[in-house]
Amino acid sequence: MPKSLAELATIARRIRREIVVMIGAAKSGHPGGSLSAVEILVELYFDYMRIDPQKPKWPDRDRFILSKGHAAPVLYAAMAEAGYADTPLDQLNTLRKLGSVYQGHPDVRFIPSLEASTGSLGEGLSLALGMGIAARLDGRPSRTYVMLGDGESQEGQVWEAAMAGAFHKLDNVVAIVDYNGIQLDGFVKDIMEIAPLADKWRSFGWHTLEIDGHDLAAIRKAFEEAEATKGRPTAIVAHTVKGKGVSFMENNPKFHGTAPTAAEVELALKELN
Amino acid sequence: MAAKTRFEVKLGPATREAFGRALVELGRENKDVVVCDADLSKSTMTTYFAKEFPERFISLGIAEANMAAVGAGLAYAGKIPFIASFSAFAMNKGFEQLRACAAYPQVNLKVVGTHSGISIGEDGPSQMSVEEIGLACSLAGFVVIAPADEASTKALVRAAAAYVGPVFIRTGRPKAPVIYNGDQKFEIGKAIEVVAGQDVAIVASGLLVAEAILAAETLEGEGVRARVIDMHTVKPIDRETIRHAATETGAIVVAEEHLVDAGLGVRVAQVVAETAPCPMEFVGIQNTYAESGQPEELMDKYGLVARDVAAAVRKVVARKKQ
Ligand SMILES: Cc1ncc(C[n+]2csc(CCOP(=O)(O)OP(=O)(O)O)c2C)c(N)n1
Ligand SMILES: [Mg+2]
Repeated sequence: MPKSLAELATIARRIRREIVVMIGAAKSGHPGGSLSAVEILVELYFDYMRIDPQKPKWPDRDRFILSKGHAAPVLYAAMAEAGYADTPLDQLNTLRKLGSVYQGHPDVRFIPSLEASTGSLGEGLSLALGMGIAARLDGRPSRTYVMLGDGESQEGQVWEAAMAGAFHKLDNVVAIVDYNGIQLDGFVKDIMEIAPLADKWRSFGWHTLEIDGHDLAAIRKAFEEAEATKGRPTAIVAHTVKGKGVSFMENNPKFHGTAPTAAEVELALKELN
Repeated sequence: MAAKTRFEVKLGPATREAFGRALVELGRENKDVVVCDADLSKSTMTTYFAKEFPERFISLGIAEANMAAVGAGLAYAGKIPFIASFSAFAMNKGFEQLRACAAYPQVNLKVVGTHSGISIGEDGPSQMSVEEIGLACSLAGFVVIAPADEASTKALVRAAAAYVGPVFIRTGRPKAPVIYNGDQKFEIGKAIEVVAGQDVAIVASGLLVAEAILAAETLEGEGVRARVIDMHTVKPIDRETIRHAATETGAIVVAEEHLVDAGLGVRVAQVVAETAPCPMEFVGIQNTYAESGQPEELMDKYGLVARDVAAAVRKVVARKKQ
């Protein structure tokens, strides 16, 4: 049964809390880019993707690849909430500990339900193209969604893949850029400007949309439009806020890769109530 | 070489930190020193250089292949470029560019990889580099350096800048045990005997030098006197020191934080085979990728601590007696 926007928003809030708590417990990790991606993953895992967490290897399923693998906590929380057997909710707080299935970056050796191991930036879109091509060859309805970072978009491979995706008319692939304006060393505009980003995707032949990446209805609408678009892949440039939902993390480059202290976790949880 | 036993291993700055500090000194001394980074300056520690010489710090974004070739271009044009990233990305993403734009034309490019090995800890295998010594040594004409501590890193970064030609330097994330005091001299291609011994030689690099020293102390209690050699330059390798070790001790263990398939060990073995064949054992990562965990836990789990070095020594000494 489809979930209401209010229900999805509730799940998003829960996932934000889990992200903050698990990274706090790990004492290392990447809160900013996990929090900026929450609504997009919620829309994918709880509304739009054709998936069955009880049958993670169902061949006709839709697939999601987190190309910006350092945002693993948002993916772990979403999959745990969705009920995959290999992502237990009660173990989220073992993130990054020796032996945990919740590795620092998504790792299929530990969580077979993941679609790909990622962590070296710039590679997920190419993986998505391969899956899209395979689905087409096999005549399957699967669609493949891949999330990239804006800093990640500086990798040349992203644009090699963009060219190839349009050339091969992979209308079963959707690229989503988490355009939060911040990367590791600071603001994207100060490290390596990537604007005008939507124009770049358009010029590479992708049907390109720009949306508010925290607006669940807008995200859903974008996925619908992507699915209705034939003969070329779709890129969704999602404008987001890094650290979204936790005031002291929002737009703060420090929380790209710094874990909150115990006191900061508490503060954050108050805001996320 | 003065023998040092009773080694007290205390932690000093990380080798990446020493690299960052050395770069600033070099920047002050030579206006041709230019630094490129790929969105990791806060981790590679080129941030110190960036602060003091913003006009000579080139931010290239998350695009390591481009950085490798931009660096080569700077070198062609007479600069002394240092390009830095995690080893995993500098070497793997930039490998073809390093081959075609730097190794083959022999340009004066310095490549520095930080966060080498598995001792980065929690980030896990995608950020760990366990093959770059093999890759760097496969670049014909490259000098390949893997220093163990702060003093050796600083000195060898300076030596790399003074040397004309392509160089790769491997540094690490965690604090590194102090091996050397102030008056030790370092020279590219000249290994250092840090512990004297005649029964077996342990050839080590990076963090394994300290583990080898600890192992040597344990072994001394068992009546085995192990020589410990810091092979800080993997290429060109110090053939004489290896030959001496092989002939004088008759048994060699190589210890490194790297895949055994393609690191220091195979290079030492080649020299041993060519000069004075003797039993050898290898301590390193065995045909696998590690996982997330605390650095010390991982070094322990993947067999890279003094206990493992000592076990390899016992094995090789037993083989020697056969
Ligand atoms: C190839 C590669 N180079 C460098 C890194 C180190 N790194 C991890 S996250 C990051 C910044 C990513 O920024 P962005 O893509 O904007 O991600 P977000 O803001 O969504 O967290 C960097 C440089 C990496 N993981 N992979
Ligand atoms: Mg970003």
